[in-house]
Amino acid sequence: MISNFSQFFTLADYAMVLPIILLTLFALGILLIDLMVPAEWKWSNAVTALIGIAFAAGAVCKAQQNLRLMESPFVLSGSMIFDRITIYFFYLFLAGAAVAILTSVHYLEVEHEHRGEYYSLMLFSVVGMMCMAAGYDIVLIFIGLELMAISTYVLVGFLRRDRRSNEAALKYLLLGAFSSGIFAYGLSLFYGLSGTTNLGGIGQALARHMEANQGHPSPVAVLALLTTATGLLFKIAAVPFHQWAPDAYEGAPTSITGFMSVAVKAAGWAMLLRVLVWGLYPLRSVYVPLLIFVSIATMTAANFAALTQSNLKRLLAYSSIAHVGYMLLGLIALASVQYPAPAFFDGLKGILIYLLVYTFMNLGAFAVITSLRNKDVIGDELDDIAGLFQRAPVAAVMMLAFLLSLAGIPPLAGFYGKYFIFLSLIESQHYILAALGVAYSVFGLYYYLKIANAMFMRPALDQERLPISFGMKTALGISALLTVFIGVYPEPFIRAVNWSLGIVHSGAVAELMR
Amino acid sequence: MPQNYIPIFIFLAVVGILIPLTLLAAKLVRPENPSRTKLMPYECGIDPVDNARGRYTVRYYIVAILFVVFDVETIFLFPWAVRYKALGVFGLVEMLVFLLILIVGYIWIWKKGALEWV
Repeated sequence: MISNFSQFFTLADYAMVLPIILLTLFALGILLIDLMVPAEWKWSNAVTALIGIAFAAGAVCKAQQNLRLMESPFVLSGSMIFDRITIYFFYLFLAGAAVAILTSVHYLEVEHEHRGEYYSLMLFSVVGMMCMAAGYDIVLIFIGLELMAISTYVLVGFLRRDRRSNEAALKYLLLGAFSSGIFAYGLSLFYGLSGTTNLGGIGQALARHMEANQGHPSPVAVLALLTTATGLLFKIAAVPFHQWAPDAYEGAPTSITGFMSVAVKAAGWAMLLRVLVWGLYPLRSVYVPLLIFVSIATMTAANFAALTQSNLKRLLAYSSIAHVGYMLLGLIALASVQYPAPAFFDGLKGILIYLLVYTFMNLGAFAVITSLRNKDVIGDELDDIAGLFQRAPVAAVMMLAFLLSLAGIPPLAGFYGKYFIFLSLIESQHYILAALGVAYSVFGLYYYLKIANAMFMRPALDQERLPISFGMKTALGISALLTVFIGVYPEPFIRAVNWSLGIVHSGAVAELMR
Repeated sequence: MPQNYIPIFIFLAVVGILIPLTLLAAKLVRPENPSRTKLMPYECGIDPVDNARGRYTVRYYIVAILFVVFDVETIFLFPWAVRYKALGVFGLVEMLVFLLILIVGYIWIWKKGALEWV
């Protein structure tokens, strides 16, 4: 009987998927506990969710220790891959969700929509993200994607009495469902071409396919690649598949906008890297030109659109699209060289570091905007942040740090993300793209400083001091501390990324900056 | 093979003859006294003449969604039941986990009052 059991589910499988199981249990638990919690005690659900995240982080830590005991990274009969990058993404998702939960509590009180389902859905979407990052089977990746996306659709429309929230949820649902359909179509074509749903198997079949056709893929393979890439690029909101992002970001509850722009986006990136680098690597001669076009279009369109925005959430939505453009440059660098070249690792390193620093600086910026929501002020217009320095000096200075970090000014965290991306571009001889990326990051400084200008130079419309709740203070403190700390002393974080890539390193910063 | 289609044509011919024949036989046998109510199109006892863009109560949709959720539950239960012996204890445990998650959902919708038609 035991042998029968272990045929499907071994102890190693259990140890590795424990974070996912724990999060699911806590999400279900919050649903049930919430039925018994009186209205004024709803904040306790946030505590439960944070405890769940802490338990999951502990389980990830345990999995990390078990990692070197495993002879192969594949668990659950090859449908999940547990390598160091998976662990890295798990930590990233949990950190993003934890900070987003801290920003939510007071905001939901103000909106009179404080319900336990909110936290439950957040945990469920993290479960989906984990399946996307760890998935090595296209069916599992797709299920993870849908679990995350459906939870996010509901969270976007969580302010039921707000027209904008409803509109955003409907737009996001329709476009998201459509793009998921296109993505699934592409995956089904790959299944047809290779006869397997395993990403590694698809990669091998495609390598044979390319060899048989002298490096020219058949039209079906190109069609499959295009449809799959469309779905992936939609999820990370790259131009020309970005139109949903500003609308969804503007209408969603601000705390969810922050969550979407970091954790959901990081999950999209994890999926993109898994599919394009692990699975479809043989087709890279086809998708690199496509990615070059998409990244240039993304940087251009997003930076120009951001210039004219007067709504803070829309402005940061366009800025987050622009950041996707920079990260795509790293993907171009890593896909345009042969596997063990330095540019491959530096490109991947750039993307991973970028996602890490972006998580904290962007969540911090959204946390400040979330705290502007107060009594009858919606607080997402540029005028609402005017004079923030008089109303809440600490928050205003933190916001300045987040904005400068987003613009990539050293010595703040955002600089290191861009540094490694541009380094990998130069190593892979994409000089024009590197120059373009640098030019656009300077360009971005203008609209970030427009917010700073409003905060420091303009008089406040409302002179009253801004009340900032305890959870919000914690969230802001964590984000600001990490944004500054990673910028000033990046070594431990670069070492963590090197570890996740399996690069052997010595301690010195100079060596890491290679 | 055209000759393989011959049974289908025979069926079509039989149907083509049989239906008019039954209708004709029924017309000859049945008593006939039509009234206004009897000639109305049948629609669950509701007055059928109304604006087509009328509003439905949202409860219909809730019931429909809940039906789909628990319908899919049975779709997953059937293959497991068919392969019950081969899947053994593992399959049983997996199914219990699956049902447990759905039961949590069931308790939730029950407590939220989604099952009450008022």
